[in-house]
Amino acid sequence: MQGRDQIEDVLARMALFADLSRAQLEAVAHTFEEEWFPEGQRILRQGFAGTGFYLVLDGEAAVVIDGQERARLGRGEFFGEISVLLGEPPTADVVAAGPLRCLHLPGPELEGFLTAHPSVSFRMLQAEARRLHTTLGWRS
Amino acid sequence: MAELGAYPPGDYPVVVLGTGPGGLQTSYFLAGAGVEHALLSADERPAGMFQRFPFFQRLISWTKPYAPAERGTREYERYDWNSMLAADPGHLALVADFMDGASYFPSRAEMEKGLVSFAERAGIRARYGCRWEATRREGDGFVVETSDGEYRCRALVVAVGMTEPWRPDIPGLDAVPHYVDTEKAKAYAGQRVFIIGKRNSGFELADGLLPWARQLILASPRPARLSVVTHSTAGARARYLQPYEDFILAGGTFVVDAAIDRVERTGAGWRVFAQGTTRPGDMVFEVDRVIAATGFSTPLRDLSELGVATFHQGRLPAQTAFFESASVPGIFFAGSITQGSIGLKKYGRPSSSAAVHGFRYNARVLAGHLVETLFGRATERPPLTPDEVVPFLLAEATRAPELWHQASYLCRVVSFGPDRGIVDEGIQPLAHFVDSAGPDAVAVAVETDAENDTHPAVYVRREARVDEHLLPSDPLNEYEGGEHRSRLAAVLHGWLG
Repeated sequence: MQGRDQIEDVLARMALFADLSRAQLEAVAHTFEEEWFPEGQRILRQGFAGTGFYLVLDGEAAVVIDGQERARLGRGEFFGEISVLLGEPPTADVVAAGPLRCLHLPGPELEGFLTAHPSVSFRMLQAEARRLHTTLGWRS
Repeated sequence: MAELGAYPPGDYPVVVLGTGPGGLQTSYFLAGAGVEHALLSADERPAGMFQRFPFFQRLISWTKPYAPAERGTREYERYDWNSMLAADPGHLALVADFMDGASYFPSRAEMEKGLVSFAERAGIRARYGCRWEATRREGDGFVVETSDGEYRCRALVVAVGMTEPWRPDIPGLDAVPHYVDTEKAKAYAGQRVFIIGKRNSGFELADGLLPWARQLILASPRPARLSVVTHSTAGARARYLQPYEDFILAGGTFVVDAAIDRVERTGAGWRVFAQGTTRPGDMVFEVDRVIAATGFSTPLRDLSELGVATFHQGRLPAQTAFFESASVPGIFFAGSITQGSIGLKKYGRPSSSAAVHGFRYNARVLAGHLVETLFGRATERPPLTPDEVVPFLLAEATRAPELWHQASYLCRVVSFGPDRGIVDEGIQPLAHFVDSAGPDAVAVAVETDAENDTHPAVYVRREARVDEHLLPSDPLNEYEGGEHRSRLAAVLHGWLG
């Protein structure tokens, strides 16, 4: 069992929310919905519209494209934002690689959330830059 | 009605706990399938919750006595959110029979009468006054310890509702009356009332106290969500919005976005310390009364110790698409607890499983699932000819109450097996269809997207891969015309001869 106060503690340790006050963290905890997935459960489905943005609270998620695992995401990492930002269905499945606890923000609410929290947008941009840097590391 | 001798302690294939609408509906469908089970209730009669809640008398789910469809038909279920489902037309649409025309929304007394009448007419027996006390595993089943003795079962169905008052961990909040402790409205006459919470229960209290309280303040960290804005039941419902209008028209009510730091007693009153979220800053409220409209949790008793995983701050058990505990096989849920089986939640829209009009269909799906998986009995699955498939699926998308009340959550499935031919597989959880292996098949659901456009969604499973196809919307939600027929036929290429 995880109380909301504990969720705020987890959020406070995430780089994404490093610049938010305690009250803002509490608002984030009330805005996102906590969800729990058993091992093997698909959270994002390749090619399906209407997905959302997920933050990993506990456990690991596997990124799977056409049946091949490409990456693992752990506590504090997030997924689903690319599909929401581009308005296109995900190009990968994201599957619980064991019991997985996440926070979920519906896709249609992500733009409003990011524009209301510019520091989170900046931190997310940093994370995307890191991912891009890792992916294109051979060029730099 | 209250048969003290019904279901004495002993061995039963299935035990169902609770005689609210979830328990009654599950028992009804299990009995209809010939599944022996014990229905147990701590209450003295069915529909016990409606003797107390909602506090201000009327439900937020409507029943339309005069609707576009005939009362007692499947189509009428679209317009009647409160009655139980039944195979016998004489047991259908009963809540409408008791409504006096004063409102579109039944009073809780009318709702209670409708449910009691359903239990009586359908002959649903239960052991009342039998309190669930503990649970343990034994062999491949469970032992349910009750105030009347022990019940052994292979499958346990928990339908006790989200009925336990819940408070967040805020200093001083333990001393604050919860929604369930609200007094009669006139006790708040001339008082300044601070309501913690901006969901339906908070707005329900505010609406009921508006003629009495000197001032109302509603506060929670997140801005209020309104159903008319979200286009879903995720949000405060329209009929409780008078306090919100009072706020935006500067009538004296305040709806504040603030995180509550602590609550203190001040002699006869209270002091609430908070921090603004949408507008940062410290806030202090001196008020006469505080009410915690902070929601409810599921009274799971010792099920967590058996390994039942929970989420939503421990308030709901995590469930499979068929409402089974995601961590303890054999423990199932019915009624409002089934909102813990979250489904695809496309565009962030939740299922309607928190309310009767959603979970009554879950109960039928659950009963069918138990009949097939626990007792190995095949459910009747009618064959279809190739010519029937497209009109059948589009008629379901246009009118099926399951698909409209449980949008993007329940679907109609037709399979195309090499041996069995074309078969109507009935109503299934969409999450099960898209995530499980099976024969080539198509499922149709209804969904509302981010632009609030409502349309059929078609899921095609070919050689174990499921693809999504979205059909166009229609201003009158009619999907049986030529464009929809040709588009669906194209999606089903190769299967219709």
